[in-house]
Amino acid sequence: MQKITKPVQLFLLIALGFALWFPSVGDEFYVELLINIMIIAIFAMSLDLLVGYTGLVSLGHAAFFGIGAYGLGIFFGEMNQYSIWAALPVSLILTALAAVVIGWISIRTSGIYFIMLTLALAQMFYYYFFESKLYGGDDGMFISTKPDVNFGSIQLLDLGNEHTFYYFTLGILVVVFLFLVMILRAPFGQVITGICANEQRVRSLGYATQRYKLASFVIAGTLAGLAGFLEAAHTGFITPSYLGWHESGNILVVVILGGLGTLYGPIIGAVALVLLEDFLPDITEHWKIVLGMIIVCVVLFLPNGISSLSGKIFRIPSQIMKTILRG
Amino acid sequence: MANMSDNNIILRCQGLSKSFGALKAVNNVDLDFESGVVHAIIGPNGAGKTTFINLLSGELQPTEGQIYFKDHDLTNASPNKISQLGIGRSYQKTNIFPKFTCLQNCWIASQSRLKTSMKFFKSAHRDMEVMERAQRALELTHLAMKPEILAANMSYGEQRQLEIAMMLATDPELMLLDEPLAGMGSEEGAEIIELMRDLAKTHTLILIEHDMDAVFAIADQLSVMENGILLETGTVQQIRNSKTVQEAYLGEEETA
Repeated sequence: MQKITKPVQLFLLIALGFALWFPSVGDEFYVELLINIMIIAIFAMSLDLLVGYTGLVSLGHAAFFGIGAYGLGIFFGEMNQYSIWAALPVSLILTALAAVVIGWISIRTSGIYFIMLTLALAQMFYYYFFESKLYGGDDGMFISTKPDVNFGSIQLLDLGNEHTFYYFTLGILVVVFLFLVMILRAPFGQVITGICANEQRVRSLGYATQRYKLASFVIAGTLAGLAGFLEAAHTGFITPSYLGWHESGNILVVVILGGLGTLYGPIIGAVALVLLEDFLPDITEHWKIVLGMIIVCVVLFLPNGISSLSGKIFRIPSQIMKTILRG
Repeated sequence: MANMSDNNIILRCQGLSKSFGALKAVNNVDLDFESGVVHAIIGPNGAGKTTFINLLSGELQPTEGQIYFKDHDLTNASPNKISQLGIGRSYQKTNIFPKFTCLQNCWIASQSRLKTSMKFFKSAHRDMEVMERAQRALELTHLAMKPEILAANMSYGEQRQLEIAMMLATDPELMLLDEPLAGMGSEEGAEIIELMRDLAKTHTLILIEHDMDAVFAIADQLSVMENGILLETGTVQQIRNSKTVQEAYLGEEETA
Protein backbone atom coordinates (compact mmCIF):
# COMPACT_ATOMS: atom_id res chain seq x y z
CA MET A 1 0.00 0.00 0.00
CA GLN A 2 1.10 3.56 -0.48
CA LYS A 3 2.60 5.17 2.57
CA ILE A 4 0.40 7.17 4.90
CA THR A 5 2.19 10.50 4.72
CA LYS A 6 3.27 12.52 7.74
CA PRO A 7 0.56 15.21 7.36
CA VAL A 8 -2.11 12.52 7.17
CA GLN A 9 -0.69 10.74 10.22
CA LEU A 10 -0.83 14.03 12.09
CA PHE A 11 -4.38 14.64 10.92
CA LEU A 12 -5.47 11.17 12.02
CA LEU A 13 -3.88 11.61 15.45
CA ILE A 14 -5.63 14.97 15.92
CA ALA A 15 -8.92 13.36 14.85
CA LEU A 16 -8.34 10.53 17.32
CA GLY A 17 -7.57 13.04 20.08
CA PHE A 18 -10.78 14.90 19.28
CA ALA A 19 -12.77 11.66 19.29
CA LEU A 20 -11.32 10.71 22.69
CA TRP A 21 -12.07 14.11 24.16
CA PHE A 22 -15.50 14.77 22.63
CA PRO A 23 -17.82 12.78 24.98
CA SER A 24 -16.59 14.72 28.02
CA VAL A 25 -17.97 17.97 26.58
CA GLY A 26 -20.22 17.06 23.66
CA ASP A 27 -23.98 16.91 23.58
CA GLU A 28 -25.40 13.38 24.05
CA PHE A 29 -27.08 13.65 20.67
CA TYR A 30 -23.69 14.09 18.98
CA VAL A 31 -22.13 11.27 20.99
CA GLU A 32 -24.86 9.07 19.47
CA LEU A 33 -24.18 10.52 16.05
CA LEU A 34 -20.46 9.85 16.38
CA ILE A 35 -21.09 6.21 17.31
CA ASN A 36 -23.18 6.00 14.17
CA ILE A 37 -20.39 7.59 12.13
CA MET A 38 -17.76 5.23 13.53
CA ILE A 39 -19.85 2.16 12.73
CA ILE A 40 -20.35 3.40 9.16
CA ALA A 41 -16.62 4.13 8.98
CA ILE A 42 -15.78 0.50 9.89
CA PHE A 43 -18.29 -0.71 7.30
CA ALA A 44 -16.84 1.64 4.67
CA MET A 45 -13.21 0.69 5.40
CA SER A 46 -14.11 -2.96 4.91
CA LEU A 47 -15.57 -2.11 1.50
CA ASP A 48 -12.47 -0.06 0.66
CA LEU A 49 -10.34 -3.20 1.04
CA LEU A 50 -12.47 -4.75 -1.69
CA VAL A 51 -13.12 -1.81 -4.02
CA GLY A 52 -10.09 0.40 -3.45
CA TYR A 53 -7.36 -2.18 -2.92
CA THR A 54 -8.49 -5.35 -4.68
CA GLY A 55 -10.41 -3.67 -7.51
CA LEU A 56 -13.61 -5.62 -6.90
CA VAL A 57 -16.64 -3.33 -7.00
CA SER A 58 -19.29 -5.04 -4.89
CA LEU A 59 -22.87 -3.86 -4.86
CA GLY A 60 -23.87 -6.40 -2.25
CA HIS A 61 -21.66 -5.50 0.66
CA ALA A 62 -24.60 -4.63 2.92
CA ALA A 63 -25.56 -8.31 3.02
CA PHE A 64 -22.64 -8.94 5.37
CA PHE A 65 -23.49 -5.93 7.52
CA GLY A 66 -27.02 -7.32 7.83
CA ILE A 67 -25.96 -10.90 8.48
CA GLY A 68 -23.66 -9.69 11.27
CA ALA A 69 -26.63 -7.85 12.78
CA TYR A 70 -29.06 -10.75 12.38
CA GLY A 71 -26.49 -13.12 13.90
CA LEU A 72 -26.85 -11.14 17.09
CA GLY A 73 -30.63 -10.83 16.80
CA ILE A 74 -31.39 -14.47 16.03
CA PHE A 75 -29.21 -16.14 18.64
CA PHE A 76 -29.08 -13.57 21.44
CA GLY A 77 -31.90 -11.09 20.78
CA GLU A 78 -34.29 -12.58 23.37
CA MET A 79 -31.73 -13.32 26.05
CA ASN A 80 -31.62 -11.16 29.15
CA GLN A 81 -27.93 -11.70 29.53
CA TYR A 82 -25.25 -12.97 27.18
CA SER A 83 -21.52 -12.64 26.69
CA ILE A 84 -19.89 -10.76 23.85
CA TRP A 85 -17.32 -13.59 23.70
CA ALA A 86 -20.13 -15.84 22.45
CA ALA A 87 -22.16 -13.33 20.45
CA LEU A 88 -19.37 -11.67 18.48
CA PRO A 89 -17.78 -14.92 17.19
CA VAL A 90 -21.22 -16.18 16.13
CA SER A 91 -21.84 -13.03 14.06
CA LEU A 92 -18.35 -13.04 12.57
CA ILE A 93 -18.40 -16.75 11.67
CA LEU A 94 -21.83 -16.39 10.06
CA THR A 95 -20.72 -13.45 7.93
CA ALA A 96 -17.46 -15.17 7.03
CA LEU A 97 -19.40 -18.23 5.83
CA ALA A 98 -21.80 -16.08 3.82
CA ALA A 99 -18.79 -14.24 2.34
CA VAL A 100 -17.15 -17.53 1.35
CA VAL A 101 -20.31 -18.58 -0.50
CA ILE A 102 -21.04 -15.23 -2.21
CA GLY A 103 -17.35 -14.64 -2.88
CA TRP A 104 -16.70 -18.11 -4.26
CA ILE A 105 -19.43 -17.59 -6.83
CA SER A 106 -18.77 -13.93 -7.66
CA ILE A 107 -14.97 -13.80 -8.05
CA ARG A 108 -15.21 -16.03 -11.10
CA THR A 109 -16.42 -12.95 -12.92
CA SER A 110 -15.18 -9.40 -13.10
CA GLY A 111 -16.36 -5.89 -13.89
CA ILE A 112 -20.06 -5.46 -14.52
CA TYR A 113 -20.77 -9.18 -14.03
CA PHE A 114 -19.16 -9.11 -10.61
CA ILE A 115 -21.35 -6.13 -9.69
CA MET A 116 -24.48 -7.93 -10.92
CA LEU A 117 -23.67 -11.18 -9.10
CA THR A 118 -22.88 -9.55 -5.76
CA LEU A 119 -26.06 -7.48 -6.12
CA ALA A 120 -28.24 -10.49 -6.94
CA LEU A 121 -26.79 -12.78 -4.27
CA ALA A 122 -27.07 -10.08 -1.60
CA GLN A 123 -30.69 -9.43 -2.61
CA MET A 124 -31.42 -13.13 -2.08
CA PHE A 125 -30.31 -12.76 1.54
CA TYR A 126 -32.36 -9.56 1.81
CA TYR A 127 -35.53 -11.27 0.60
CA TYR A 128 -34.88 -14.24 2.85
CA PHE A 129 -34.98 -12.03 5.94
CA PHE A 130 -37.75 -9.85 4.49
CA GLU A 131 -40.03 -12.87 4.09
CA SER A 132 -38.97 -14.89 7.12
CA LYS A 133 -41.76 -15.00 9.71
CA LEU A 134 -39.35 -16.56 12.16
CA TYR A 135 -37.10 -13.50 12.20
CA GLY A 136 -39.76 -10.83 12.15
CA GLY A 137 -40.06 -10.42 8.39
CA ASP A 138 -40.15 -6.81 7.27
CA ASP A 139 -40.80 -5.68 10.86
CA GLY A 140 -37.30 -6.71 11.83
CA MET A 141 -36.12 -7.87 15.22
CA PHE A 142 -35.46 -6.35 18.62
CA ILE A 143 -32.49 -7.11 20.78
CA SER A 144 -33.48 -6.93 24.41
CA THR A 145 -30.11 -6.11 25.92
CA LYS A 146 -26.50 -5.29 25.13
CA PRO A 147 -23.81 -7.95 25.47
CA ASP A 148 -21.76 -8.31 28.64
CA VAL A 149 -18.05 -7.74 28.35
CA ASN A 150 -16.68 -9.79 31.22
CA PHE A 151 -13.41 -11.42 32.08
CA GLY A 152 -14.37 -14.34 34.31
CA SER A 153 -16.70 -12.80 36.82
CA ILE A 154 -15.22 -9.31 36.51
CA GLN A 155 -17.10 -6.83 34.37
CA LEU A 156 -14.68 -5.11 31.99
CA LEU A 157 -17.07 -2.75 30.22
CA ASP A 158 -20.68 -1.77 30.70
CA LEU A 159 -21.88 -1.35 27.13
CA GLY A 160 -25.25 -0.19 28.45
CA ASN A 161 -23.50 3.07 29.25
CA GLU A 162 -23.57 5.20 26.11
CA HIS A 163 -20.10 6.67 26.68
CA THR A 164 -18.59 3.24 27.27
CA PHE A 165 -20.19 2.03 24.06
CA TYR A 166 -18.70 5.07 22.32
CA TYR A 167 -15.17 4.25 23.46
CA PHE A 168 -15.70 0.57 22.71
CA THR A 169 -16.67 1.44 19.12
CA LEU A 170 -13.78 3.88 18.81
CA GLY A 171 -11.41 1.15 20.00
CA ILE A 172 -12.74 -1.27 17.39
CA LEU A 173 -12.46 1.40 14.68
CA VAL A 174 -8.79 1.95 15.54
CA VAL A 175 -8.10 -1.80 15.69
CA VAL A 176 -9.80 -2.40 12.32
CA PHE A 177 -7.84 0.46 10.75
CA LEU A 178 -4.52 -0.85 12.09
CA PHE A 179 -5.45 -4.41 11.10
CA LEU A 180 -6.10 -3.31 7.52
CA VAL A 181 -2.85 -1.30 7.42
CA MET A 182 -1.05 -4.41 8.64
CA ILE A 183 -2.46 -6.83 6.07
CA LEU A 184 -1.94 -4.31 3.26
CA ARG A 185 1.75 -4.03 4.16
CA ALA A 186 2.09 -7.80 4.46
CA PRO A 187 2.75 -10.03 1.42
CA PHE A 188 -1.01 -10.49 1.04
CA GLY A 189 -1.49 -6.74 0.54
CA GLN A 190 1.20 -6.63 -2.13
CA VAL A 191 -0.64 -9.27 -4.10
CA ILE A 192 -4.11 -7.73 -3.89
CA THR A 193 -2.89 -4.25 -4.83
CA GLY A 194 -1.16 -5.90 -7.78
CA ILE A 195 -4.42 -7.62 -8.72
CA CYS A 196 -6.18 -4.27 -8.53
CA ALA A 197 -3.70 -2.78 -11.00
CA ASN A 198 -3.30 -5.69 -13.43
CA GLU A 199 -4.68 -9.09 -12.51
CA GLN A 200 -3.44 -10.82 -15.65
CA ARG A 201 0.14 -9.80 -14.91
CA VAL A 202 -0.09 -10.98 -11.30
CA ARG A 203 -1.31 -14.36 -12.53
CA SER A 204 1.53 -14.62 -15.01
CA LEU A 205 3.97 -13.95 -12.15
CA GLY A 206 2.74 -17.17 -10.57
CA TYR A 207 -0.05 -16.16 -8.19
CA ALA A 208 -3.35 -18.03 -8.06
CA THR A 209 -5.19 -14.71 -8.04
CA GLN A 210 -8.65 -16.21 -7.37
CA ARG A 211 -7.57 -17.32 -3.90
CA TYR A 212 -6.32 -13.87 -2.99
CA LYS A 213 -9.49 -12.24 -4.28
CA LEU A 214 -11.59 -14.67 -2.25
CA ALA A 215 -9.51 -14.06 0.89
CA SER A 216 -9.93 -10.31 0.43
CA PHE A 217 -13.67 -10.77 -0.10
CA VAL A 218 -14.03 -12.84 3.08
CA ILE A 219 -11.97 -10.43 5.21
CA ALA A 220 -13.99 -7.47 3.90
CA GLY A 221 -17.28 -9.32 4.46
CA THR A 222 -16.37 -10.34 8.00
CA LEU A 223 -15.39 -6.78 8.94
CA ALA A 224 -18.70 -5.55 7.51
CA GLY A 225 -20.35 -8.16 9.75
CA LEU A 226 -18.49 -6.67 12.69
CA ALA A 227 -19.94 -3.24 11.83
CA GLY A 228 -23.41 -4.80 11.55
CA PHE A 229 -22.98 -6.45 14.94
CA LEU A 230 -22.07 -3.10 16.50
CA GLU A 231 -25.04 -1.39 14.83
CA ALA A 232 -27.48 -4.03 16.09
CA ALA A 233 -25.99 -3.94 19.60
CA HIS A 234 -26.10 -0.15 19.59
CA THR A 235 -29.63 0.45 18.33
CA GLY A 236 -31.13 -2.79 19.67
CA PHE A 237 -33.05 -3.10 16.45
CA ILE A 238 -32.56 -4.81 13.09
CA THR A 239 -34.51 -4.49 9.87
CA PRO A 240 -34.07 -6.39 6.59
CA SER A 241 -33.24 -3.06 4.94
CA TYR A 242 -29.77 -3.40 6.49
CA LEU A 243 -29.06 -5.98 3.78
CA GLY A 244 -30.71 -4.17 0.88
CA TRP A 245 -28.96 -2.91 -2.22
CA HIS A 246 -29.86 0.60 -1.13
CA GLU A 247 -27.47 0.22 1.81
CA SER A 248 -24.83 -1.34 -0.44
CA GLY A 249 -25.05 1.67 -2.76
CA ASN A 250 -24.95 4.07 0.16
CA ILE A 251 -21.77 2.60 1.61
CA LEU A 252 -20.17 2.67 -1.84
CA VAL A 253 -20.96 6.40 -1.98
CA VAL A 254 -19.29 6.86 1.43
CA VAL A 255 -16.12 5.15 0.18
CA ILE A 256 -16.00 7.07 -3.11
CA LEU A 257 -16.85 10.37 -1.41
CA GLY A 258 -14.02 9.90 1.08
CA GLY A 259 -11.47 8.48 -1.33
CA LEU A 260 -10.95 4.97 -2.68
CA GLY A 261 -7.90 3.01 -1.68
CA THR A 262 -6.84 5.19 1.24
CA LEU A 263 -8.47 3.56 4.33
CA TYR A 264 -8.75 6.91 6.08
CA GLY A 265 -10.81 8.27 3.18
CA PRO A 266 -13.82 6.12 4.08
CA ILE A 267 -13.66 7.47 7.65
CA ILE A 268 -13.75 11.02 6.28
CA GLY A 269 -16.54 9.97 3.90
CA ALA A 270 -18.57 8.59 6.82
CA VAL A 271 -18.14 11.82 8.78
CA ALA A 272 -19.07 13.93 5.78
CA LEU A 273 -22.14 11.95 4.73
CA VAL A 274 -23.63 11.51 8.21
CA LEU A 275 -23.06 15.16 9.10
CA LEU A 276 -24.57 16.32 5.80
CA GLU A 277 -27.57 14.06 6.31
CA ASP A 278 -27.91 15.55 9.77
CA PHE A 279 -27.51 19.27 8.98
CA LEU A 280 -28.94 19.62 5.48
CA PRO A 281 -32.58 18.83 6.46
CA ASP A 282 -32.47 21.81 8.84
CA ILE A 283 -31.64 24.11 5.92
CA THR A 284 -34.01 22.91 3.24
CA GLU A 285 -36.63 20.22 2.81
CA HIS A 286 -35.13 19.45 -0.60
CA TRP A 287 -31.90 18.45 1.12
CA LYS A 288 -31.48 15.26 -0.88
CA ILE A 289 -31.06 17.34 -4.04
CA VAL A 290 -28.39 19.43 -2.33
CA LEU A 291 -26.69 16.28 -1.06
CA GLY A 292 -26.75 14.85 -4.56
CA MET A 293 -25.18 18.01 -5.96
CA ILE A 294 -22.44 17.96 -3.32
CA ILE A 295 -21.63 14.34 -4.22
CA VAL A 296 -21.54 15.23 -7.92
CA CYS A 297 -19.19 18.16 -7.20
CA VAL A 298 -16.84 15.99 -5.14
CA VAL A 299 -16.69 13.37 -7.88
CA LEU A 300 -16.11 16.03 -10.56
CA PHE A 301 -13.60 18.26 -8.78
CA LEU A 302 -12.01 15.85 -6.31
CA PRO A 303 -11.92 12.60 -8.25
CA ASN A 304 -9.84 11.00 -5.51
CA GLY A 305 -12.38 11.91 -2.85
CA ILE A 306 -12.42 14.37 0.01
CA SER A 307 -9.28 12.79 1.47
CA SER A 308 -7.27 14.07 -1.51
CA LEU A 309 -7.94 17.57 -0.17
CA SER A 310 -5.46 16.92 2.64
CA GLY A 311 -2.61 16.71 0.15
CA LYS A 312 -3.84 19.86 -1.62
CA ILE A 313 -4.30 21.82 1.61
CA PHE A 314 -0.83 20.95 2.86
CA ARG A 315 0.63 21.83 -0.51
CA ILE A 316 -0.77 25.37 -0.51
CA PRO A 317 1.25 26.72 2.49
CA SER A 318 4.44 25.13 1.15
CA GLN A 319 3.77 26.71 -2.28
CA ILE A 320 3.21 30.10 -0.68
CA MET A 321 6.46 29.68 1.24
CA LYS A 322 8.30 28.83 -1.95
CA THR A 323 6.89 31.88 -3.73
CA ILE A 324 7.87 34.15 -0.83
CA LEU A 325 11.36 32.69 -0.72
CA ARG A 326 11.79 33.14 -4.46
CA GLY A 327 10.46 36.70 -4.36
CA MET B 1 2.77 -38.47 -21.80
CA ALA B 2 5.19 -37.73 -24.58
CA ASN B 3 8.25 -39.82 -24.81
CA MET B 4 11.08 -37.50 -23.89
CA SER B 5 13.76 -40.08 -24.57
CA ASP B 6 16.15 -37.33 -25.42
CA ASN B 7 16.90 -36.07 -21.93
CA ASN B 8 18.07 -32.77 -23.20
CA ILE B 9 14.59 -31.72 -24.33
CA ILE B 10 13.11 -29.31 -21.79
CA LEU B 11 9.98 -28.24 -23.68
CA ARG B 12 8.12 -30.14 -26.35
CA CYS B 13 5.19 -29.04 -28.53
CA GLN B 14 3.19 -31.63 -30.44
CA GLY B 15 0.73 -30.68 -33.15
CA LEU B 16 0.13 -27.36 -31.45
CA SER B 17 -2.63 -25.26 -33.02
CA LYS B 18 -4.54 -22.16 -32.04
CA SER B 19 -7.48 -20.89 -34.06
CA PHE B 20 -9.31 -17.60 -33.72
CA GLY B 21 -12.45 -18.29 -35.69
CA ALA B 22 -11.35 -19.21 -39.18
CA LEU B 23 -7.82 -17.88 -38.65
CA LYS B 24 -5.24 -20.49 -37.70
CA ALA B 25 -2.76 -18.29 -35.85
CA VAL B 26 -0.64 -21.30 -34.93
CA ASN B 27 -0.97 -24.27 -37.23
CA ASN B 28 0.13 -27.76 -36.22
CA VAL B 29 3.53 -26.87 -34.81
CA ASP B 30 5.86 -29.68 -33.70
CA LEU B 31 8.87 -28.22 -31.97
CA ASP B 32 11.34 -29.34 -29.29
CA PHE B 33 13.44 -26.98 -27.23
CA GLU B 34 16.72 -28.17 -25.82
CA SER B 35 17.84 -27.37 -22.33
CA GLY B 36 20.51 -24.68 -22.07
CA VAL B 37 20.02 -23.48 -25.61
CA VAL B 38 19.00 -20.06 -26.90
CA HIS B 39 16.26 -20.75 -29.39
CA ALA B 40 15.03 -17.78 -31.41
CA ILE B 41 11.76 -17.73 -33.30
CA ILE B 42 11.69 -15.37 -36.22
CA GLY B 43 9.16 -14.54 -38.87
CA PRO B 44 7.26 -11.63 -40.34
CA ASN B 45 4.59 -9.72 -38.42
CA GLY B 46 1.46 -11.80 -37.99
CA ALA B 47 3.38 -15.05 -38.31
CA GLY B 48 1.91 -16.27 -35.00
CA LYS B 49 5.04 -15.92 -32.90
CA THR B 50 3.43 -14.09 -29.98
CA THR B 51 0.40 -16.41 -30.09
CA PHE B 52 2.85 -19.30 -29.87
CA ILE B 53 4.52 -17.78 -26.79
CA ASN B 54 1.09 -17.13 -25.26
CA LEU B 55 0.30 -20.83 -25.65
CA LEU B 56 3.55 -21.79 -23.94
CA SER B 57 2.95 -19.42 -21.03
CA GLY B 58 -0.68 -20.48 -20.56
CA GLU B 59 -2.15 -17.11 -21.46
CA LEU B 60 -3.97 -18.85 -24.31
CA GLN B 61 -5.28 -22.41 -24.39
CA PRO B 62 -4.40 -24.42 -27.52
CA THR B 63 -7.19 -25.53 -29.83
CA GLU B 64 -5.28 -28.71 -30.57
CA GLY B 65 -2.02 -30.31 -29.60
CA GLN B 66 0.03 -30.76 -26.46
CA ILE B 67 2.81 -28.97 -24.58
CA TYR B 68 5.17 -30.78 -22.21
CA PHE B 69 7.69 -29.15 -19.89
CA LYS B 70 10.04 -31.73 -18.41
CA ASP B 71 7.61 -34.20 -16.78
CA HIS B 72 4.63 -31.88 -16.73
CA ASP B 73 1.77 -31.64 -19.18
CA LEU B 74 1.24 -27.90 -19.68
CA THR B 75 -1.47 -28.23 -22.29
CA ASN B 76 -4.29 -26.71 -20.24
CA ALA B 77 -2.30 -25.39 -17.30
CA SER B 78 -2.97 -21.90 -15.90
CA PRO B 79 -0.39 -19.10 -16.31
CA ASN B 80 0.29 -19.12 -12.56
CA LYS B 81 0.99 -22.84 -12.51
CA ILE B 82 3.32 -22.54 -15.50
CA SER B 83 5.15 -19.70 -13.79
CA GLN B 84 5.50 -21.75 -10.62
CA LEU B 85 6.95 -24.65 -12.61
CA GLY B 86 9.81 -22.39 -13.65
CA ILE B 87 8.81 -20.77 -16.93
CA GLY B 88 9.05 -17.00 -16.88
CA ARG B 89 8.04 -14.62 -19.62
CA SER B 90 8.39 -11.02 -20.67
CA TYR B 91 5.89 -9.18 -22.81
CA GLN B 92 6.22 -7.46 -26.14
CA LYS B 93 3.88 -4.72 -24.93
CA THR B 94 5.34 -3.45 -21.68
CA ASN B 95 3.29 -5.04 -18.92
CA ILE B 96 4.40 -3.53 -15.62
CA PHE B 97 2.63 -1.92 -12.67
CA PRO B 98 2.96 1.80 -13.49
CA LYS B 99 1.84 2.99 -10.05
CA PHE B 100 4.35 0.77 -8.23
CA THR B 101 7.95 1.83 -7.79
CA CYS B 102 10.65 0.13 -9.78
CA LEU B 103 11.58 -2.02 -6.77
CA GLN B 104 7.96 -2.86 -5.94
CA ASN B 105 7.48 -4.20 -9.46
CA CYS B 106 10.36 -6.62 -8.92
CA TRP B 107 9.25 -7.20 -5.37
CA ILE B 108 5.86 -8.60 -6.30
CA ALA B 109 7.55 -10.79 -8.90
CA SER B 110 10.11 -12.06 -6.41
CA GLN B 111 7.53 -12.61 -3.68
CA SER B 112 5.72 -15.08 -5.94
CA ARG B 113 8.45 -17.63 -5.12
CA LEU B 114 7.37 -17.77 -1.47
CA LYS B 115 5.43 -20.91 -0.63
CA THR B 116 2.43 -18.70 -0.14
CA SER B 117 1.73 -14.98 0.01
CA MET B 118 -1.28 -15.58 2.26
CA LYS B 119 0.72 -13.88 4.98
CA PHE B 120 -1.10 -11.19 6.86
CA PHE B 121 1.09 -10.13 9.74
CA LYS B 122 4.69 -9.35 8.97
CA SER B 123 5.49 -6.40 6.72
CA ALA B 124 6.32 -7.72 3.27
CA HIS B 125 9.51 -5.72 2.91
CA ARG B 126 11.15 -7.42 5.86
CA ASP B 127 11.62 -10.67 3.97
CA MET B 128 15.31 -10.51 3.07
CA GLU B 129 15.26 -13.43 0.68
CA VAL B 130 12.56 -11.79 -1.41
CA MET B 131 14.38 -8.47 -1.22
CA GLU B 132 17.68 -9.94 -2.39
CA ARG B 133 16.10 -11.67 -5.37
CA ALA B 134 14.33 -8.44 -6.37
CA GLN B 135 17.51 -6.40 -6.05
CA ARG B 136 19.58 -8.93 -7.96
CA ALA B 137 17.09 -8.70 -10.82
CA LEU B 138 17.42 -4.91 -10.78
CA GLU B 139 21.21 -5.13 -10.78
CA LEU B 140 21.26 -7.55 -13.70
CA THR B 141 19.13 -5.17 -15.75
CA HIS B 142 21.12 -2.08 -14.67
CA LEU B 143 18.17 -0.58 -12.80
CA ALA B 144 19.53 -0.81 -9.25
CA MET B 145 20.37 2.88 -9.19
CA LYS B 146 16.82 4.16 -8.74
CA PRO B 147 14.65 1.60 -6.98
CA GLU B 148 12.24 4.23 -5.63
CA ILE B 149 11.24 5.82 -8.95
CA LEU B 150 7.63 5.21 -10.00
CA ALA B 151 7.54 2.82 -12.94
CA ALA B 152 5.27 5.24 -14.80
CA ASN B 153 8.00 7.89 -14.62
CA MET B 154 10.72 5.68 -16.08
CA SER B 155 11.86 6.10 -19.66
CA TYR B 156 10.49 3.68 -22.23
CA GLY B 157 13.80 1.86 -22.45
CA GLU B 158 13.98 1.54 -18.67
CA GLN B 159 10.44 0.16 -18.58
CA ARG B 160 11.52 -2.47 -21.10
CA GLN B 161 14.43 -3.36 -18.82
CA LEU B 162 12.05 -3.52 -15.86
CA GLU B 163 9.85 -5.88 -17.83
CA ILE B 164 12.80 -8.28 -18.07
CA ALA B 165 13.81 -7.65 -14.45
CA MET B 166 10.37 -8.77 -13.29
CA MET B 167 10.74 -12.00 -15.19
CA LEU B 168 14.20 -12.55 -13.70
CA ALA B 169 12.88 -11.90 -10.18
CA THR B 170 10.67 -14.99 -10.47
CA ASP B 171 13.87 -17.00 -10.90
CA PRO B 172 12.76 -18.99 -13.95
CA GLU B 173 14.57 -21.95 -15.46
CA LEU B 174 13.14 -21.34 -18.91
CA MET B 175 12.57 -17.81 -20.17
CA LEU B 176 10.14 -16.76 -22.87
CA LEU B 177 11.23 -13.38 -24.19
CA ASP B 178 8.83 -11.65 -26.53
CA GLU B 179 10.82 -9.00 -28.40
CA PRO B 180 12.94 -7.93 -25.42
CA LEU B 181 14.80 -5.35 -27.51
CA ALA B 182 11.72 -3.63 -28.97
CA GLY B 183 11.96 0.12 -28.47
CA MET B 184 15.31 0.06 -26.70
CA GLY B 185 18.14 2.38 -27.61
CA SER B 186 21.25 0.77 -29.07
CA GLU B 187 23.19 1.13 -25.83
CA GLU B 188 20.42 -0.35 -23.66
CA GLY B 189 19.90 -3.02 -26.30
CA ALA B 190 23.56 -3.97 -26.19
CA GLU B 191 23.31 -4.31 -22.40
CA ILE B 192 20.32 -6.61 -22.71
CA ILE B 193 22.05 -8.72 -25.37
CA GLU B 194 25.00 -9.00 -23.01
CA LEU B 195 22.62 -10.01 -20.21
CA MET B 196 20.95 -12.64 -22.38
CA ARG B 197 24.37 -14.08 -23.23
CA ASP B 198 25.11 -14.37 -19.51
CA LEU B 199 21.74 -15.90 -18.73
CA ALA B 200 22.14 -18.40 -21.55
CA LYS B 201 25.03 -20.01 -19.67
CA THR B 202 22.69 -21.23 -16.94
CA HIS B 203 19.18 -20.98 -18.44
CA THR B 204 17.14 -21.93 -21.45
CA LEU B 205 15.91 -19.01 -23.54
CA ILE B 206 13.16 -18.91 -26.10
CA LEU B 207 13.30 -15.61 -27.88
CA ILE B 208 11.19 -13.73 -30.37
CA GLU B 209 13.14 -10.91 -31.94
CA HIS B 210 13.08 -8.82 -35.08
CA ASP B 211 16.59 -7.48 -34.67
CA MET B 212 18.48 -9.98 -36.84
CA ASP B 213 21.92 -8.87 -35.68
CA ALA B 214 20.88 -9.60 -32.11
CA VAL B 215 19.39 -12.95 -33.10
CA PHE B 216 22.50 -14.04 -34.94
CA ALA B 217 24.63 -12.82 -32.03
CA ILE B 218 22.97 -14.88 -29.30
CA ALA B 219 20.81 -17.66 -30.76
CA ASP B 220 22.01 -21.25 -31.09
CA GLN B 221 18.87 -22.54 -32.72
CA LEU B 222 16.49 -20.75 -35.06
CA SER B 223 12.91 -21.48 -36.01
CA VAL B 224 11.12 -19.62 -38.76
CA MET B 225 7.36 -19.14 -38.68
CA GLU B 226 5.06 -17.79 -41.33
CA ASN B 227 1.25 -17.70 -41.32
CA GLY B 228 1.15 -19.89 -38.24
CA ILE B 229 3.23 -22.62 -39.83
CA LEU B 230 6.70 -23.64 -38.73
CA LEU B 231 8.76 -23.33 -41.91
CA GLU B 232 12.06 -24.63 -40.70
CA THR B 233 14.19 -25.24 -37.62
CA GLY B 234 17.94 -25.53 -37.42
CA THR B 235 21.18 -23.97 -36.36
CA VAL B 236 21.82 -20.37 -37.31
CA GLN B 237 24.05 -21.53 -40.16
CA GLN B 238 21.45 -23.98 -41.50
CA ILE B 239 18.76 -21.35 -41.51
CA ARG B 240 21.00 -18.80 -43.19
CA ASN B 241 21.62 -21.28 -45.97
CA SER B 242 18.03 -22.51 -46.26
CA LYS B 243 16.41 -21.60 -49.56
CA THR B 244 12.86 -21.81 -48.24
CA VAL B 245 13.64 -19.38 -45.48
CA GLN B 246 15.52 -17.00 -47.71
CA GLU B 247 12.58 -16.82 -50.05
CA ALA B 248 9.99 -16.47 -47.35
CA TYR B 249 11.66 -14.17 -44.96
CA LEU B 250 15.32 -13.31 -44.97
CA GLY B 251 15.28 -12.61 -48.70
CA GLU B 252 12.70 -9.92 -48.26
CA GLU B 253 14.84 -8.16 -45.70
CA GLU B 254 17.85 -8.10 -47.94
CA THR B 255 15.93 -6.61 -50.85
CA ALA B 256 14.14 -4.16 -48.58
